[in-house]
Amino acid sequence: MTTIPSTTPKAKPDEQFDDLTQQRHADLMGMWLFLATELMLFGGVFTGFVVYRYAYPEAFAEAATHLDLVLGMLNTGLLVTSSLFMALSERAVGADRKRLTLLFLLITIGMGAVFLGIKGYEWHHEYSQGLMPILGLEFVYSGQHADRAQLFFNFYYAMTGLHAMHMGVGMIWLMVMVVFTLRWRDPPRLRRQFQISGLYWAFVDVMWIFIFTLLYLLRASS
Amino acid sequence: MSDDAASSRAPESYLTHGWRWRDWLLTTDHKRVAWLYTVSITGFFFLGGIAALLIRLELMTPQGDLVSADIYNQLFTIHGVVMVWFFLIPSIPNTLGNFLLPLMIGAKDLAFPRLNLLSWYIYTLGGIFTMAAVITSGVDTGWTFYTPLSTQFTDTAVIAAIAGVFVVGFSSILTGINFIVTTHKMRAPGLTWFRLPLFVWANYATSLVMVLATPVLSATLLLLIMERLLGIGIFDPRLGGDPILFQHLFWFYSHPAVYIMILPGMGVVSELITCFSRKTVFGYHGMALSILAISVFGFLVWGHHMFVAGQSLYAGIMFSLFSFLVALPSAIKTFNWTATLYKGRLIFASPMIYALSFIGLFTIGGFTGIFLASLAVDIHVHDTYFVVAHFHYIMVGSMVTAYLGGLHFWWPKMTGRLYPEVWAKVASLALFIGFNLTFFPQYLLGYAGMPRRYQTYPEDFQILHAMSSLGAGVLAIGYLLPLGYLLWSLRWGARAPADPWRAAGLEWRTGSPPPPHNFLKPQTVSGPPYDYDTLDNPQGEAR
Amino acid sequence: MNDEVADYLPAVEKGLHLIPTQASSHAGQVDQLYYVLIAACAIILLVVVGMITWFGFRYRAGNEKADRSSRPSTRTENRVEIAVLAAMLGVFMVLFAWATTLYLNVYRGPEPAMTIDVVGKQWMWKVQHPDGTREINSLHVPADEVIQLRVTSQDVIHSFFVPAFRLKRDVVPGTEKMAWFEATEPGNYRLFCAEYCGSFHSRMLGKVVVMEKGDYQAWLTRQRSGGRLAAIGQQLFAAHGCSGCHKAQSGVRAPSLAGLYGRRVALEDGRVVMADDAYIRDSILQPKKQVVAGFEPLMPSFAGQLDEGDILPLIEYIKSLQPSGRNKEPVPMSQGVRP
Repeated sequence: MTTIPSTTPKAKPDEQFDDLTQQRHADLMGMWLFLATELMLFGGVFTGFVVYRYAYPEAFAEAATHLDLVLGMLNTGLLVTSSLFMALSERAVGADRKRLTLLFLLITIGMGAVFLGIKGYEWHHEYSQGLMPILGLEFVYSGQHADRAQLFFNFYYAMTGLHAMHMGVGMIWLMVMVVFTLRWRDPPRLRRQFQISGLYWAFVDVMWIFIFTLLYLLRASS
Repeated sequence: MSDDAASSRAPESYLTHGWRWRDWLLTTDHKRVAWLYTVSITGFFFLGGIAALLIRLELMTPQGDLVSADIYNQLFTIHGVVMVWFFLIPSIPNTLGNFLLPLMIGAKDLAFPRLNLLSWYIYTLGGIFTMAAVITSGVDTGWTFYTPLSTQFTDTAVIAAIAGVFVVGFSSILTGINFIVTTHKMRAPGLTWFRLPLFVWANYATSLVMVLATPVLSATLLLLIMERLLGIGIFDPRLGGDPILFQHLFWFYSHPAVYIMILPGMGVVSELITCFSRKTVFGYHGMALSILAISVFGFLVWGHHMFVAGQSLYAGIMFSLFSFLVALPSAIKTFNWTATLYKGRLIFASPMIYALSFIGLFTIGGFTGIFLASLAVDIHVHDTYFVVAHFHYIMVGSMVTAYLGGLHFWWPKMTGRLYPEVWAKVASLALFIGFNLTFFPQYLLGYAGMPRRYQTYPEDFQILHAMSSLGAGVLAIGYLLPLGYLLWSLRWGARAPADPWRAAGLEWRTGSPPPPHNFLKPQTVSGPPYDYDTLDNPQGEAR
Repeated sequence: MNDEVADYLPAVEKGLHLIPTQASSHAGQVDQLYYVLIAACAIILLVVVGMITWFGFRYRAGNEKADRSSRPSTRTENRVEIAVLAAMLGVFMVLFAWATTLYLNVYRGPEPAMTIDVVGKQWMWKVQHPDGTREINSLHVPADEVIQLRVTSQDVIHSFFVPAFRLKRDVVPGTEKMAWFEATEPGNYRLFCAEYCGSFHSRMLGKVVVMEKGDYQAWLTRQRSGGRLAAIGQQLFAAHGCSGCHKAQSGVRAPSLAGLYGRRVALEDGRVVMADDAYIRDSILQPKKQVVAGFEPLMPSFAGQLDEGDILPLIEYIKSLQPSGRNKEPVPMSQGVRP
């Protein structure tokens, strides 16, 4: 962060700060606190799920087998890789490499889009199998404990839906970053923004790993 | 300073800095945002107050003769939703805190001024939206939105109301983040953690609770919205879902929220008592640490709302134990405030009267909390008027009293005007008397067996209900008077000097009202807080 | 509805008692704790108000005679704080232990003499005695017997509250909760719903009638028109037309229920389930979910027609349909009726 002096004159902090370092620290701390609130948000839903997972272990384990493990793993791989590219783009902007930054950023966004596409395909697949008990759709379930399984699928849609919403926000955010990168004004500020975007993207990634573990991996062996 | 001389040279200040609409509605100055909040909050307070008065009028008689049962249920829903979500939670942090936090730490503004303004918009628009939904569709679930009543057994606009509360949660979160970062990163040189005024400590602890607890409420409300909107039955007993889980998640936020409400009040009272005792606070470290202890223990007691709801016995016992323990730091604080008076030089100005009322009411409200933490007694008084009286002693008796005390204390700083002291004393006494008359009988009603949220009740309880309703009238005077004379003082009040109370604290080292960026030159701090000995004896005489 | 309330309540209890009548063995014990709490609260309030008054008078700004020298040092302040903390901790722990002991007495009660089912619904209390006698908005119990209440709700959360017994228990749909009491004084006592439950929450009232044992038996005999629980179930079974299909000789093809309870049942979709309480209940309310192998899914759902209070007797009746000479052991419930 310390090497490149800015090429443009506008490197002043906002008026409430004494200097840029103070502002950067404040921005980063604000972002970490925001992520803490996000963690509590997901945490609330996870806690609910875990409570029921303990109350109805067999029904939930069985219901989990109705999810597509392969697609889930593929998605996990995609998201982890996209986080890698996000981190690379942070390095690139630190090294003042505009085109490389743009490339990594676009790859990240692209992988996010593929992730959402696969997720959408999964949902559609479950819908066609009658495993979507929302909006009054009929729930067709072949295993035992159909009502508890319905509870499982309720959580499935709540959790993956919440996550997909965060993915959407993250992608819009990164697209804004694409615009900022194209303009390439005030590099210290841009670096700060990349750092914060990277934090958010990594967070969304980590949340997915939790969701993947809770929903896909805790399944009955078939 | 003569009136004429003063008004002829109105000093340059944040108030003189532009009076077009956008100078206020698009301002990022924390002092102006504080005023925006003050206006919104006052509006919501009187809306909730009108609902409360109608409730008390209905309860004058045992029959349901003023309004129908459904209207009554809507009234207490309005009262609860407005007072809890739109008045108590944002009250002190977003008005006094917003105004004072940067001033007290010698900063030019909060760390994120635009987020601060955004949080006001979220709060105000969210609040208006919620109230429109609640009032037009007649939401009648109570402010707690318990399932399955709220999900399957009411056909009112519960989704809209919950969505509104959900959105307003973001305003809390933004304020919390803003305050924490500001306190960490923007203190003046020399202002170490243990030199911070207790008001800053209190707002800091409050912000921690806001940041960590509010998202859980958001998650809970989101699940509730999904349950109603999408038919996802997470709390639906027909699928094996557990309605009590909703209560756990709800109170995981809403109990700490009680500390969001009371902690800033404790901060205010600490400032008032030291100033009008001309003496530093008794046990500063103990005071600061007990604030933190309350905010931490506050997270471990939510289950005491479910002692009779059927959580496991051992969970109940643990929650009871923690509820006793959370009372300890409060007890220390009460003792320390009182001990601060010892060997002081006491001045009974109206803010001090408010502060002393606070101590008395908080002692009663706090100790009746011990009654409720006692499992066997709680079984009897749970969901009765005893509980109603208890939390009103904390939230109205203590919190609103502290808010008014603080408003009077910092009024000269915020407006540059002095208020009429005689009227302020009358109002503070009306408040104290009216409050006790309203809520003390409710303790008696509660143990006698009167359940809460009842529109009709056995005739034998009428005498106590009538006393309570009468007191509500006196209490209303105690609230309307300040509204009147404070507004009056804006125009006709005498000009205030920079430090009318000769108080310690950085906020008094700048003009009243302060200039746009708070201080004309950077501030440094070299001594402990509340150093009234040095302040009153600048030559350093022996005390 | 208003008039009903006005006429009805005064008959239950008369007069304002700040301490409600002590009508259970537990009530007096709770009141003792309450008195001690009041005393402790009063002492602390007196100390606080006394200090404020005394200091306020003594150290008022105009009074220069007061000795303000030698204020306590920080060290002394800390010591005083710790002393106050320790004293309060001691008091609190005593209160905590006392209150918890009493709590365990009510919620983890002694061996009951009888269990009474209470079902809350908007806005009434339905009570069923062990012998099948049912009543609405009133509960008759014998004095000096340990009574266990098994409470549940049909719709929203209610709360069963009898001030004279110092007893309260939330009534939660989908679960059964237990509460215990031993009434001591014959008489009529108020029964309230304490958890807000919708429009007529404040009119969800009832009375508890405590009677001498002999009187209670006599009352039961008078009430006994329906017989035992299973007998009520039998009546319901006929009244709702169940017997039309499930009787052995009936024309419609429906599985026989004789000896069903506790048996494994093969379903149309190949699964095998245990015929327990939950299964029978589901079969009545959602018959399409688990269709017995070899039968058409003809049975309509009875979800709207039967309420929670009717299901229990029906299950009891079906349980009683065991082929003679073969008394099944009770079978453990399948996974999760209670979350």
